[in-house]
Amino acid sequence: METGGFIVKSLVQQKNLEGYVGFASLPNQVYRKSVKRGFEFTLMVVGESGLGKSTLINSLFLTDLYSAEYPGPSHRIKKTVQVEQSKVLVKEGGVQLLLTIVDTPGFGDAVDNSNCWQPIIDHIDSKFEDYLNSESRVNRRQMPDSRIHCCLYFIAPSGHGLKPLDIEFMKRLHEKVNVIPLIAKADTLTPEECQQFKKQIMREVQEHKIKIYEFPETDDEEENRLVKKIKDKLPLAVVGSNTIIEVNGKRVRGRQYPWGVAEVENSDHCDFTILRDMLIRTHMQDLKDVTNNVHYENYRSRKLAAVTYNGVDNNRAKGQLSTKLDTVEGMSPLAQMEEERREHVAKMKKMEMEMEQVFEMKVKEKVQKLKDSEAELQRRHEQMKKNLEAQHKELEEKRRVFEEERSNWEAQQRLEQQKLEASRTLEKNKKKGKIF
Amino acid sequence: MANTPRSRVNLLSKAISGTHSSTGGSTLLGYIGIDTIIEQMRKKTMKTGFDFNIMVVGHSGLGKSTLVNTLFKSQVSRRSAGWARDEKIPKTVEIKSVSHVIEEGGVKMKLTLVDTPGFGDQINNDNCWEPISKFINEQYEKFLKEEVNITRKKRIPDTRVHCCLYFISPTGHSLRQLDIEFMKRLSHSVNIIPIIAKADTMTTEERQEFKQRVRKELEMSGIEFYPQKEFDDDMEDKSDNDKIREAMPFAVVGSDKEYQVNGKRVLGRKTAWGVVEVENPNHCEFAQLRDFLIRSHLQDLKEVTHNIHYETYRAKRLNENGGLHPISSSDTQESNL
Repeated sequence: METGGFIVKSLVQQKNLEGYVGFASLPNQVYRKSVKRGFEFTLMVVGESGLGKSTLINSLFLTDLYSAEYPGPSHRIKKTVQVEQSKVLVKEGGVQLLLTIVDTPGFGDAVDNSNCWQPIIDHIDSKFEDYLNSESRVNRRQMPDSRIHCCLYFIAPSGHGLKPLDIEFMKRLHEKVNVIPLIAKADTLTPEECQQFKKQIMREVQEHKIKIYEFPETDDEEENRLVKKIKDKLPLAVVGSNTIIEVNGKRVRGRQYPWGVAEVENSDHCDFTILRDMLIRTHMQDLKDVTNNVHYENYRSRKLAAVTYNGVDNNRAKGQLSTKLDTVEGMSPLAQMEEERREHVAKMKKMEMEMEQVFEMKVKEKVQKLKDSEAELQRRHEQMKKNLEAQHKELEEKRRVFEEERSNWEAQQRLEQQKLEASRTLEKNKKKGKIF
Repeated sequence: MANTPRSRVNLLSKAISGTHSSTGGSTLLGYIGIDTIIEQMRKKTMKTGFDFNIMVVGHSGLGKSTLVNTLFKSQVSRRSAGWARDEKIPKTVEIKSVSHVIEEGGVKMKLTLVDTPGFGDQINNDNCWEPISKFINEQYEKFLKEEVNITRKKRIPDTRVHCCLYFISPTGHSLRQLDIEFMKRLSHSVNIIPIIAKADTMTTEERQEFKQRVRKELEMSGIEFYPQKEFDDDMEDKSDNDKIREAMPFAVVGSDKEYQVNGKRVLGRKTAWGVVEVENPNHCEFAQLRDFLIRSHLQDLKEVTHNIHYETYRAKRLNENGGLHPISSSDTQESNL
């Protein structure tokens, strides 16, 4: 047994010793290509006004996306929910990142907030549709990816639980985009309150079966531990700030209160560092992948299932469907054409058969009709004959009557004649008799 | 020798109380004792006690119950303090009132706290102020009916809402649409005192900015919060109230937990970066609110409610159907005061 294992091992080792093949540099190649291409990431922030969304964005990316010259949506009062996009190109260590921030001012601010999520859903769908269209084009060298990769949902730090609006929104969007709930303005809560609040939120999330973004399990033990730590702290309680304050000689970003300074990057104070690391340093690519493989595919299969029914783009639907079904991993065009031809022939045959059927039916119908008319004629003929006979009989009857009458009359006449004769003879006799 | 009032009084007192032999100088003679009426009132009030009805309005999670507990330094709110807030948000606005009798220095006060859970919590908050408005008017109606009775009770139980604390969410930007709507509709039937809740969310500069913005918005919308400008009696009142109006809305923090700070035990909230002291005027304006509400304007709140808001309601009611045996001089409107 051991020798067998040893042999295998030595085989592998021998392979390595023979020389350096060089495919270990594949990740570097991918890396270089990606760096040249640059990365894109679209982030959406949703929440009621005044929860510190703009500040958090500024803190996350250490830029002033919203500055005095271009004030953020918070400074402009909105009557209806709008969706605004701002693009920023950031460079770091030779890597370019085209960052798009989608803001939703006016969300949850009106008195009546029914359907305030609708503009957001429409926006996400429209981005998916754009991508779908650009994928279906003939020339798809450039496919700008403007799909929403991540949605940060800001929960107000009430300390109680989720509001009905929060639950409704997340229920409608968890199937369309990666939803990451955050507790905003976390410096309002004491550590105990924060714990309670987090527990309450997670309980409600599970109760309503909301699928927030899940951190994937990796093979690496170390990473798994980190992931588990993050999972325990969900939802993350964040504080945002870009003002630098001096604390104990150190310069930190934070918020200055009369009773102390709440440091943004101190993990005892809030979970900002965890969010930043997770969002940018470790899971950005995973967010994009999940968006591409799960949310986008869901959208696509739903959209195309509706289109297929009309017979358009039929072959597309046979391609990659959602990851749930067994996919035929992209058929070759020839096979596709063969399929098509077969289908076409089958269709033709079916049509032919149908036509023949129709023809036969028609013939049968005609024959039936003729028979019917024949029968009809026959019937009429019979009837007329009957009529005729009836008439004939009637006439006969009349004649008989007439004959009877005639014979009667004749008989009468004869009688009369006889009587006359008799009387005449009598008279004659009388005349003769008188002589006696 | 001059015809000063005091000398006149001297003569009067001598005339009235013949046996009144004064031993001291003229000062003692002059004292009638009219000012003891305050003492008599005090004694009477202490015996009868008085009642105060306060209503708290604001959407859930703004610390309403905690603040009321802190104000009256006792567990008076509907939910006794505790972190387990498992109560579900009600689907419609409910009105729940809880009464307590608290005593201090021999003075009994029947404090009624009216809570409005469910306000502003729904997705569609249209007309969520209606149950509240109805409740307030119902209390006026009850009082009116008692008053109009032929045989009236000696002391009509007063359930009218004397003060409505409206909690503004500390967004840092401006008032929400719902806030403006609510205050517009109710500022004419009840005394509204707007409060900025959870003020430990904001730094001092943010707080100032927010307050200014809120005040401007309130002014623009024509919302008259208590103390209303039009009801200032005289110059002294006006200057006092002006100062208060400048400082409103008060930014407060509530807490019923005590912590040790610099050797003292204070009410506060302990965070990882410090302790927010509730009664420290540098930290928040709770002390100002408490002094204003309880120590200086409590009686005034009741009076304004009775003389102005109630009278408005009464006049409107009696003019409506005229079937309530209208008592004369029903035009004790605002101008009279």
